[in-house]
Amino acid sequence: MFPDFANPAEWLPWAFASLMGFSILVYVILDGFDLGVGILFPFAEDAEKDRMIGSIGPFWDANETWLVLAVGLLLVAFPSAHGLILTSLYLPVFVMLIGLILRGVAFEFRAKAHAKHKKLWNNLFFIGSTMTALSQGFMLGLYIMGLEQTWATYAFAALTALFLTVGYSFIGATWLIHKTEDGLQLKSVQWAREALWGVILGIGAVSLATPLVSARIFDRWLQFPEALWLAPIPIISGLLVLWLWRMVRQMPYPGDVRSWLPFAVATGLFALAYIGLAYSFYPYVVPERLTIYEAAAAPESLFIILVGACFVVPVIAGYSVLAYTIFRGKATELRYD
Amino acid sequence: MEALDTLILSRIQFAANISFHILFPTITIALGWVLFFFRVRFAQTADAKWMDAYRFWVKIFALSFAMGVVSGITMSFQFGTNWPGFMETVGNIAGPLLAYEVLTAFFLEAVFIGIMLFGFSRVPGWLHMLATFLVAFGTTVSAFWIIVLNSWMHTPQGFEMIDGVAFATDWWAIIFNPSMPYRFAHMWIASGLTVSFLIAGVSAFRWLLGDRSRDVRIALKTGVTLAALLIPVQIFLGDLHGLNTKEYQPQKVAAMEGLWETSSNVPLLLFALPDEDARENHYEVGIPGLASLILTHSWDGELQGLNEFVAEDGTVMHPPVAMVFWSFRTMVGTGTAMLLLSWTAVFLMWKRRRMHADPSRRHWLAVEGLPKPVLWALVPMAFSGWVATLAGWYTTEIGRQPWLVQGVMTTEMAVADVPAPMVAGTLVGYLIAYGVLLFAYISVVVYLARKAARGDDGRANDMSHSGKAQVEILTPAE
Repeated sequence: MFPDFANPAEWLPWAFASLMGFSILVYVILDGFDLGVGILFPFAEDAEKDRMIGSIGPFWDANETWLVLAVGLLLVAFPSAHGLILTSLYLPVFVMLIGLILRGVAFEFRAKAHAKHKKLWNNLFFIGSTMTALSQGFMLGLYIMGLEQTWATYAFAALTALFLTVGYSFIGATWLIHKTEDGLQLKSVQWAREALWGVILGIGAVSLATPLVSARIFDRWLQFPEALWLAPIPIISGLLVLWLWRMVRQMPYPGDVRSWLPFAVATGLFALAYIGLAYSFYPYVVPERLTIYEAAAAPESLFIILVGACFVVPVIAGYSVLAYTIFRGKATELRYD
Repeated sequence: MEALDTLILSRIQFAANISFHILFPTITIALGWVLFFFRVRFAQTADAKWMDAYRFWVKIFALSFAMGVVSGITMSFQFGTNWPGFMETVGNIAGPLLAYEVLTAFFLEAVFIGIMLFGFSRVPGWLHMLATFLVAFGTTVSAFWIIVLNSWMHTPQGFEMIDGVAFATDWWAIIFNPSMPYRFAHMWIASGLTVSFLIAGVSAFRWLLGDRSRDVRIALKTGVTLAALLIPVQIFLGDLHGLNTKEYQPQKVAAMEGLWETSSNVPLLLFALPDEDARENHYEVGIPGLASLILTHSWDGELQGLNEFVAEDGTVMHPPVAMVFWSFRTMVGTGTAMLLLSWTAVFLMWKRRRMHADPSRRHWLAVEGLPKPVLWALVPMAFSGWVATLAGWYTTEIGRQPWLVQGVMTTEMAVADVPAPMVAGTLVGYLIAYGVLLFAYISVVVYLARKAARGDDGRANDMSHSGKAQVEILTPAE
């Protein structure tokens, strides 16, 4: 599981895989909630839409930067894997990029263009968010299937596309529970109730499919004694799901206490599911084809980046916390003054 | 043949993506600093006009920033989807440079833009000012790293090739490669010019709509003055950059000058139709000896011609001539128009300066000095910076062909083995999206200007001198 820390050609790729994994996880949670808010857009009234945008406006840009960092780390640390993965995922990547473009500009245009075009940009915001989520889910499905391109893998990928989209709308709804009040908050609780089913089915489907696709992953999870060590991951996940299920039945609590809790628990659930997935594929960066050690760039170059990352990542974390602190509390309408 | 089709389509796709992308950083790099200037002046003077100008331009900044972010994400994926050979060969050099861009710049801009845009009433004044500074600083740092990598592709050094893969030997040499200082300065000033003409053009438009508010006045002055100051600097830097290119990429300079045979006393061609099949120019019109003078500082200096860059077996190792030749002339032509217009405008404003009785309140420049034709000329020039910047980048990037990294790898070596129809299909998709967004962007800039001229964008500034009657005549009924 752990590399030889005396050998840079081993521990550097390991460190970069961890860093990249961390970035993807942070991305999935942070951009997950703001994409989710976009996916929920058509279900809200026009007045509520401004409030929903207000809850993600100051954050979305920084959230999306984690994707740039993740793909950047793949690019710089594992160049050959970057090429192999992205050429295999050529079309879904294209759909995702168009989705990200539409969504990102719709934020600005819906507020700045003529009022009569606002509806159009609202629709594009929804379409862009949904395209992004669907294509990311599709890529996840194909990746789990070892980037094989057959009708069966496409069907599985279509399923994960749907589940990830519902999953994003779930974490988006939990974010809105925390950031909104009154009618919109009640709606958000309702959305969370409905979307939770998608989360359960999605995590279930992926957990069943991964061991079936690869004998290696099957052995890793179901062989004694490793299975014992790993048992907490599914058990805790199950408990978190139950906890979430109970909370969204009862919320909002009187006095709006613990409105942040569903989002926090959802984050924990996403993190566990992600760690499980990462454990299944380690040490491969391209499933069953290329390990992180085979795909890694030169140790000298990796070392240069790592030195910078050690200084800069804590600073990034620091000012991200600052931004979330400044814009804490219930969302208000966004104003420049 | 299949590979060639994919190659050309992938090149067009990359060109489309990066051309669309560069439009917006070109605005945000310098506009960030202009906003910081407005913000500092407001803090110093507490005069509402600076904050009004800030509020108007921060909207355009936010819009441009979002366009730049989302189109930039596309770039980070393009390397993998279309050009995997690039990172496989020079990833050890390009990787750290790109990583440092993300780590030192992207997060800085992306986090503080939220505070800069929406934090004015939530954070203390100094923190808002700091956020504005950090966003401007972040855009500049981002530009620095990307220009370092781009320049290294033109003038690579500080590495060794082992089994066809580049390994870094000297990072200092890689970062401060020979063309980097010139390219960075040239691009930075290009951004400044783009923004000064954008500000001047949009403000002139508001002025023509009858908007006489004090913020439009200072914005117009700031834009025109900045343009007049930067354009000579840019011409000087451009000349230095050209000399640097002549030393390291003579084939590019030969294409820029349309020079086929190595010769001395080379004319500066004002017009010509380069013909690559016949390897000569048609309909040449030129000024004798001037190209030699500019590039060698001597009337009969010798310049290398394109024919030197054809291998014995007939392989052409110089760029496509006509595109480089005309891109270069487009850039220089736009620059000349910028020089004439900005100097004329400053001169006219200076001539009509108000001789206020109280010398301490005497303005050096008076917007009233600008006659209507000059104002109308400034309006279409609002986007002249885009034209010049794109033309400049086309000159240098097409001029690098057939190399991807000069002398190390050709573009053909890097291209992905993706079916041509897939590249063509996605290309069409990108072009449609970019066309629509560009139209929307320009429409919104015009709409924001009209809205501000009508005075309904919530400015604190009093509108007693705003000439509302004129506004109503000029604004179509809705």
